[in-house]
Formats: sequence, C-alpha cells, structure tokens
Amino acid sequence: MQKEMAYSFPDEVLKHVFSFIQSDKDRNAVSLVCKSWYEIERWCRRKVFIGNCYAVSPRMVIRRFPEVRSIELKGKPHFADFNLVPDGWGGYVLQWIAEMAGAYPWLGEIRLKRMVVTDESLELIAKSFKNFKVLVLFSCEGFSTDGLAAIAASCKNLRELDLRESEVDDLSGHWLAQFPETCTSLVSLNISCLGSDEVSFSALERLVDRCPNLRSLQLNRAVTLDKIANILRRAPQLVDFGTGNYAAELQPDVFSNLAGAFSSCKELKSLSGFWDVVPAYLPALYSICPRLTSLNLSYATIQSPDLIKLVSHCPRLQRLLVLDYVEDSGLEELASSCKDLQELRVFPSDPFGVEPNVSLTEQGLVAVSLGCPKLQSVLYFCRRMSNAALVTIAQNCPNLTRFRLCIIEPKTPDYLTLDPLDAGFGAIVEHCKDLRRLSLSGLLTDHVFEYIGTYGKKLEMLSVAFAGDSDLGLHHVLSGCESLRKLEIRDCPFGDKALLANAAKLETMRSLWMSSCAMSFGACKLLGQKMPKLNVEVIDETEPPDSRPESYPVDKLYIYRSVAGPRFDMPPFLWSMDEAVKILH
Amino acid sequence: MENSVAYEKATELRLGLPGIDEPAVLSSVKNNKRPLHDEKSGENGKSAQNETAPPSKAQIVGWPPVQSYRKNNFQQAKKSESECGGIYVKVSMDGAPYLRKIDLKVYKGYPELLQVLENMFKFTIGEYSEREGYKGSDYEPTYEDKDGDWMLVGDVPWEMFITSCKRLRIMKGSEARGLSCSGV
Repeated sequence: MQKEMAYSFPDEVLKHVFSFIQSDKDRNAVSLVCKSWYEIERWCRRKVFIGNCYAVSPRMVIRRFPEVRSIELKGKPHFADFNLVPDGWGGYVLQWIAEMAGAYPWLGEIRLKRMVVTDESLELIAKSFKNFKVLVLFSCEGFSTDGLAAIAASCKNLRELDLRESEVDDLSGHWLAQFPETCTSLVSLNISCLGSDEVSFSALERLVDRCPNLRSLQLNRAVTLDKIANILRRAPQLVDFGTGNYAAELQPDVFSNLAGAFSSCKELKSLSGFWDVVPAYLPALYSICPRLTSLNLSYATIQSPDLIKLVSHCPRLQRLLVLDYVEDSGLEELASSCKDLQELRVFPSDPFGVEPNVSLTEQGLVAVSLGCPKLQSVLYFCRRMSNAALVTIAQNCPNLTRFRLCIIEPKTPDYLTLDPLDAGFGAIVEHCKDLRRLSLSGLLTDHVFEYIGTYGKKLEMLSVAFAGDSDLGLHHVLSGCESLRKLEIRDCPFGDKALLANAAKLETMRSLWMSSCAMSFGACKLLGQKMPKLNVEVIDETEPPDSRPESYPVDKLYIYRSVAGPRFDMPPFLWSMDEAVKILH
Repeated sequence: MENSVAYEKATELRLGLPGIDEPAVLSSVKNNKRPLHDEKSGENGKSAQNETAPPSKAQIVGWPPVQSYRKNNFQQAKKSESECGGIYVKVSMDGAPYLRKIDLKVYKGYPELLQVLENMFKFTIGEYSEREGYKGSDYEPTYEDKDGDWMLVGDVPWEMFITSCKRLRIMKGSEARGLSCSGV
C-alpha cells in the first residue's frame, strides 16, 4: 500500500512540489529518497552552489544537473586573503565557463568568490548566455576593464554587476559607456574596487538615469563628494549606497546640496564607502540616519567624537563596520544607542604598530555585549583581552553565531592574570550554542580545543593561529566538532598523529588548511594514498618536498574532499599526494 | 586524563607507516624560511611575552589577518609592490586560464625573460629576428606599453622595455603574426 503512494503522483506534480524547495540541503535530501525522486529532482534543479571548485568537475555537474540557471563557485582557500596562498595557485574559472557555455545556454547567474577570472572568461560569458542577468565577482582577480566592457555591451538584460573587493586591471574608464542605451534593467551595481581612472562619470550618470529599478549602487574612490548629489537625485529609490571619497573643502552650498540629496532618498537603509572623510560633511547624513540599518565606515579615518555623534543618530542600526578609532568610548555610545545591533566589525587602523595607537580594549566589546542583546556576529581586532571579559561577553550574548577575535600580538595571554585564554574561549563555545564560526587568538593551550570539541557541536568554521601544545589539540577538534566544514590552521604544533587518526573525518569536511605546522611529508603521502576521496596537496615554493627527508615538515598543506580526482592545473609549487599522480617537475 | 587515553587508543590505528613504531612527529614547528621571531612559552603558559617583545620586529606573513584588499585600500592608492621597487606586470597567454605576475626587475635581459615565460606556461618561443619577429612557433610574446599600444617583445632596448611595459600577453596564431608583420 505504502509503495503505491510513491508511484501515484505524476512527475509533473512532484516537479511542482519540488519547485518550492529552494535550499540545497533540502534538495539534496529530496534526491536521496528514491531513484525516481533523484531523477525528477536533478532535472528541475536550477541553482547549484559549489563551495570548492576543485571538489567536482564541470562535466560532472552538467551531467547530473542539465538545466541549471544559476551557479556559485568558490576557489581559493580563505587564507588567500592574507597572502598565505601563493600567486598562481589556481581557481581558474575559464574551463567552467567554457563547458557551461555549451551545456547551459540559459544560464542567467554566475557568482564567483576568490577565483581567477580572465578577460577571455568574461568575453565568453558575454557571448554565450543570452539571458545573462547576474554577475558577482567577489574577491576575484585576473580581469581588466576590457572584460567588463564585453559584459556591458552584450548583456542586454543585466540586473546585477557586483565586483566587490576584486582586483581589476585599470585600462580605460569607458567600459561603462558600453552599456547600450536600451539597457534599463540594472538593479545592483558595485564598482567600489575600481581604481582612479576606471569609470567615466558621465556614462555612469546616464546609466543611473535610465535604470529606474536601481536599488544598490557602490561607487569607487575616485568619485568625489560633489558628484554624490547628482547621482542621488537621479536615483532616489536607492536602498544601498556606497560613496566615493567623502572629502571636500567645506562649502555651504555643496553641503546643503548634499544634505538635500540624501534626504530625498526615502528608502536608503545602508551606506558604505567613505574613503577620506571630512567630518564636517557627516551631518549631511543626519536626515537618513534614523532609517539606517547598515553602516560601513571601515575605511573612514574619523576619530571617536565624530563617530559617536554619527552613531547616536542611528537607533535602528543593525550592522556596523568601523575602524578602531571608534575606541571604547565610541563603543559604549553604540551600546547605549543601537539596541538592534546584530553585527559589529572593528578593524585595526595600525595593524603593524607595536604600541597601541588608540584606546580600544576589551572594554569596548564588553560594553556592546551588555547593551546589544541581539548581537550575533563579531569581528574584533584589539591588543589585549582577559578571560573575565570573554566570559562576560559569552554570558551576555548567548545568541552569537560568529565570533572572530584577533588579538594583534600572537600568543598574548590574559592581561590581568597572565593565564592562557582557554577559559574565556571555552565560555564562548559553551554558552553560544548556535556558534557556527570561530576565530581564535592569544595564548592558547590544548585545553581550549578540548572545550571546542566538547561544546562546539554546531561549529562549521574554525580559524586557528599560534595556538596549542600538541596533536591532542587538533584531535579534540577533529573528533568533537560534528558540524565542522572548514578548518584553517597556521603556526601550530600539530603533527601527524591527530591528522592520521582522524583521516575519515576529513571526508566529512569541505577543506583543511595547515601552514607552518608539523605535518611531515611522509604522513601527507600516506594520507594521500589511503584516502582516495581526498585531494592532499602540498605547497612549497622553495623546493620539492621529496628533495628532503620524509620526516621533514611540509610548508603548506591543503586537503579537501573531491569527486573529481587530482587537479589538472597544478602550478609548479604544488604537489598532489594522490597515488596516481606522478611527481614530475 | 580520560581524553588522553582515548586519544592514545585512537591514534594506535593501522594508518601508521609499516615497520616504524610511531609516525614521525616533529616537536619543532619552525623551519628556516619563515620570518618568525623566537618565542618560548613556559609549561603553563605564564610567560609575560608582551614585556619582553622587542620594540621593532620582523613582520609575520599574513598576520594580523587583515585582507590585502583592505590594506591596499586603506592607504592612499599606492600599491605596496611599487614601494618595494619591483616592476610587477601580469602575464597572460591565449588559451591558458593561467594568469601570473612577474617582477621585470629580476631579469637581466630578454633571453632570461623569455626562458622564464617558456617555463611558466610550458611552451616554446621561436627564434627572434628584427625583421620577421618570432619564427618557428605558434606563439609570440607581446606587451602593452604605456601608450596602450601592443608591441612585440624584443623590439626596443631592454631598459626601455621594462620601464614602458604595462603587461605581457603571449599571443597565439594569426593574431600574433599580424602584429609582427605590421608592427615592426
């Protein structure tokens, strides 16, 4: 009787039902129910997310999901952001584009993160997909404004072009003029990463003029303050706006023009940009501050008193990114004014200075934890911390989902007791039961990892640096953290034991990065041999790892699960430990 | 402690290398490549490191973890590369998804540069002659100069080349031949 039920629904009905299921997790679950559901589901999956572009090949994706309209790919490991991954490592998108060009003529959305995108790739996108709507290049590199010109010229219905934090070769500012006059479909345009001469302002103005649905616009640093009013008057419907540089000599007419332009934007909720800020122009924002939910001042070199004044006008603020110029006093003001705050990121203004240049300590963060009960996400750079402060923060904010603390000097102990910060971070993982992401710093022993393994059951991403005493630390994490997907470690005394003992765990994770640790070449080879479903890759820019004894530690190690087998595009400094790959360099 | 017993049992797995008692574990974390200054912490970690830190010290690569994008943007426009005195240019090759960056200051002349390019992209460049450009290969190394023109690598004296070269492109096929015939 039960079996008949499953066959009694025609495929069309199931397809219709499945169309309401958007999340990847749920879709994956659906496809496991039975063979016919697998078949139906794969034909109607429209969105694919690939967290590691080397985990699967384009061909395999196309074979399983023939009708994809939207794809998201991630390339380099996260530590590439901090120059730990050598240039030329990989993450090339060209082959993906080439294969999808043939298989997915209706592909409409491409989102890439930390990938190498050449002009050739962009030209191929422009040529191949007639219905192309969304291009997001997050932290990508390898392309120039020539490639952008091709996209602008060919993509008739482009809705979104977002180049955030990408590195673009500046060649000519005229690429923006390539958008045809008939293009009126833009909803989101982020060109904040472009250098000085890369944007023709008149072309930008005309583009903004003819796109009535433009909701999100981030200008680049070269756009001067006096131009903002022009843009805003053409786009009063903006919800999200990024200024260029926010500096000019104070002139009353410029100021009132600017203030008037801002006040005409009734939907504006989010602001960013603010390079080179002249504080006298900040009051031009006051009319929209009461509506602001997100404010990114992380490039604004303004001092605490000006920040306090601004923030006190923003009672609805949910997200604040700021430099440590905000100081403890600024954060105390934030705590009293912004009760809706969910996310706080405080960046260092002088990360390489030895002495503190601002009065920002653990007190600021404690104040925010006390005053902002909805706090969920924290990124905090500071120079001192105590276990007591961390315990307080943990108790005040049990809803934290992301906690990233960077105490600037490695191995800094509790400044009050000189103890390691094990107990403090232990309190964080114990109290914050929904914690998904954690970054550690300061003086830490194996004990902190014991806490993490015991309590961090929902932890998905862990970043570790200059911590731990022995393999036991790594073992606690690998054996205890059930939800772990990404683990990145640098400069820790973790060697072969824990990794080999927990080899099977690695197949349940997306990736593991270890650099300047104590993994031996011999153990890496062993892991590569025994675990065919893992790609075990050793990176060494000075010499081949097999030119040294097997017990010698490897410099950098990147391990990730993959159904695609070893890479075809390995650079000379990268060695695969896969048995099938002959090491010929 | 209970955990360490469990750990010891867990690590007694068959994954150990045969014929060796224990997988090799190095106690030293350092290798002589990293610019990491010496740090010792006591058994229970109670050393007050801050007090003994020297006033100026070598920068640790990638620490503190501030994104390079953020670092570049925070300062006034200038990229740190040029401050070090290197002449960095991007190198692309038609058909290859690779994009590499090289420092032209490192090389003494064209032969060295061409050798490096051949190694980097695994191809061979033909014989160069002023009249006919590169013969004997499908590929030709070209570069874009400060005026935005595409030139054949080797046409101008080396010193002039490194100061005017903005980026390199190894062209393939007919496009390349067109350049050498008409440009020179």
